[in-house]
Amino acid sequence: MSWEYAPAPESRETARLKSSYQMFVDGEFVDGNGGAFKSVNPATEEVLAEVAGADATDVDRAVCAARRAYERVWGPMPGRERAKYVFRIARLIQERARELAVLESLDNGKPIKESRDVDIPLAAAHFFYYAGWADKLEHAGFGSNPRPLGVAGQVIPWNFPLMMAAWKLAPALAAGNTCVLKPAETTPLTALVLAEICQQAGLPPGVVNVLPGGGDTGEAVVAHVDVDKVAFTGSTEVGKAIARQVAGTRKRLTLELGGKAANIVFDDAPIDQAVEGIVNGIYFNQGHVCCAGSRLLVQESIAGDVLSALKDRLQTLRLGDPLDKNTDVGAINSAEQLARIQELTAAGDAEGATRWSPSCQLPDRGYWFPPTLFTGVTQAHRIAREEIFGPVLSVLTFRTPDEAVAKANNTPYGLSAGVWTEKGSRILHVAQRLRAGVVWANTFNRFDPASPFGGYKESGFGREGGRHGLEAYLAH
Amino acid sequence: MTAANVEIDGAVRDATSLRAFLHGLPGVDEVGANARAAGLATRSIKKASKVWALETAIGMVDLTTLEGADTAGKIRGLCAKARRPEPSDPTCPPVAAVCIYPDLVAAAREHLAGSGVAVASVATAFPSGRASLSTKLADVRDAVAAGADEIDMVIDRGAFLSGHYQRVYDEIAAVRERCDPARLKVILETGELCTLDNVRRASWLALLAGGDFVKTSTGKVSPAATPPVALVMLQAVRDFAAATGDRRGVKLAGGIRSAKEAVRYLVMVKEVAGDAWLDPALFRFGASSLLNDLLMQRSKEATGVYSGADYVSID
Repeated sequence: MSWEYAPAPESRETARLKSSYQMFVDGEFVDGNGGAFKSVNPATEEVLAEVAGADATDVDRAVCAARRAYERVWGPMPGRERAKYVFRIARLIQERARELAVLESLDNGKPIKESRDVDIPLAAAHFFYYAGWADKLEHAGFGSNPRPLGVAGQVIPWNFPLMMAAWKLAPALAAGNTCVLKPAETTPLTALVLAEICQQAGLPPGVVNVLPGGGDTGEAVVAHVDVDKVAFTGSTEVGKAIARQVAGTRKRLTLELGGKAANIVFDDAPIDQAVEGIVNGIYFNQGHVCCAGSRLLVQESIAGDVLSALKDRLQTLRLGDPLDKNTDVGAINSAEQLARIQELTAAGDAEGATRWSPSCQLPDRGYWFPPTLFTGVTQAHRIAREEIFGPVLSVLTFRTPDEAVAKANNTPYGLSAGVWTEKGSRILHVAQRLRAGVVWANTFNRFDPASPFGGYKESGFGREGGRHGLEAYLAH
Repeated sequence: MTAANVEIDGAVRDATSLRAFLHGLPGVDEVGANARAAGLATRSIKKASKVWALETAIGMVDLTTLEGADTAGKIRGLCAKARRPEPSDPTCPPVAAVCIYPDLVAAAREHLAGSGVAVASVATAFPSGRASLSTKLADVRDAVAAGADEIDMVIDRGAFLSGHYQRVYDEIAAVRERCDPARLKVILETGELCTLDNVRRASWLALLAGGDFVKTSTGKVSPAATPPVALVMLQAVRDFAAATGDRRGVKLAGGIRSAKEAVRYLVMVKEVAGDAWLDPALFRFGASSLLNDLLMQRSKEATGVYSGADYVSID
């Protein structure tokens, strides 16, 4: 007997998709000088919309508008007044949540259940959380009179487009800064709807500016002389280039970069929940997660059992139409990213690791990659060292807690880690020794606006979220 | 999970090995189990898959009345409803069984003759189980003699909670022996076991002792069936089957009133235990008011409109 779920698609009309989108500068939607580009639905390769691209002159206009708004309106405004706007943005995100969720899934390729249940609610929660700080900054632990920095240039990635915009804008605005935000080239649409929401909320012109574009646009934002603060989330490679560019200037910088997190499963772990955590750690959002648990470190004595349970579980994952409410695994965001995943997994094969994927049919069109795991991986393999940023898990084993910690830390990255054990003392012992910004115990990929997030080593510096996240936007 | 590393063979050698086995099962992280159960509840079941689920769920109902006020007349009504839940629609399947007290088994047997609907009887001093073993076995013997096809026994929760696993095991094994050829459902009363670790241990204990089904609740204690408890019990039968090749069933009883909840549980059955368990031989709902909601939703799928409570019979 077999029971197939009928298709349950969310209506794409909900997204209110327009055929073209303009950039948002000084409170108005305008055409840019950088030439329009197309945003594509990665699940079908269909063109969704034309988007105005910004060049250096647009960046200059936006930064000037942000400077004006900072000096005349937003900077001098009392915190309790700023809070009203930020709360309003949060509420409007909630009101338009379905529209934003469907648009996000169309533009990014992620399953609707993730954009609906994770991305959009967390984006709203971030604005709510920081709105509450706006009139309490002197109690945040950064001195009695912390001041905003001025104009923030913010460049964000394509994996959580709206949520990353919220992570950048909410603390900056609450602290009294004005923003020039550059969304990722492949996923600009929800950030532009967020700009519309800023307009709807009556945010004074110039406080938030959104400039779509590619790498050049981002570089122009970072390079602009009148930007006081640069915040970047994305690849370590680009992060290093930005650090070089900003070095020797007065600009403040925070970077949230790549990761190669270890998810450590001890023999006394709650196995069923650990399997869920492994799946959530690496297959959530197609593995396009900087803190993804891309290395499974499992104690040798239970490796066979964990792997067989994991494979059974992967067999139940549903890959396909991102708008179907029952889809667990969506599309890879771009052809370029798909090629990178293919290149690195081919290296895994060549280096002698064993590849396994559940039987699942990939759609004919669009960018797709099946959930994949490699066994027989060693620390020396590229797939254990380099960030794949796709639904690919490298499975390694260990014998003792010390070996687990040593292997987990043996990476240039240090963004996150997971520990699975029913023994509380072991959680504390191991967490203390892991060099990672976030350590999850008996869970993985859990986010909350009240909890700081950020990296060690090549995963970057600075924290986003929580009280700590305010520091990146305050002079004290 | 546990499948391969479970050393079933030595588990029931003596009280010490039984205890070691049950405490050697992997723990259940409650937060994670709750999250998994909540995640499964977000599946969206539409159109043909919904119709299939509603009809399948109807065929999995153990239509239940367990009141002190039950009479032969009440049982007659229950049996008529069990045979033909939707009198005007012969395509509607009958339920799996009726579930009643032992002294009413004979009456039910008569009304259900030739229908394919089984007679399930609670026994063993239901619902508390606080009686001597000989009284419990006499209860079972009476129900089987009167023609019960299935026996729903309760475990001694007091013994379980005080760590006397062997006593619980022996009692289930004795009932198992006495109830032949009837099938045995073992009620864990998970609302009194409280932790999911206990639910996992009690499930394995019942399976090792020969229960054909593990069942959540008597319906007399709150909370009764909950999604996390169902999750852990489905994992137990899945892992038991992986270790022994022997598929056992799960019955959820108490507190499931809406078709929506029933469909969510079927999703859980499918995705946790597997398609093989989508079968009345391996999965049941113990319920009374649930059946009418299933019928109303089924007719809504066929006609496009809700008929309302007056269009389904109340028995």
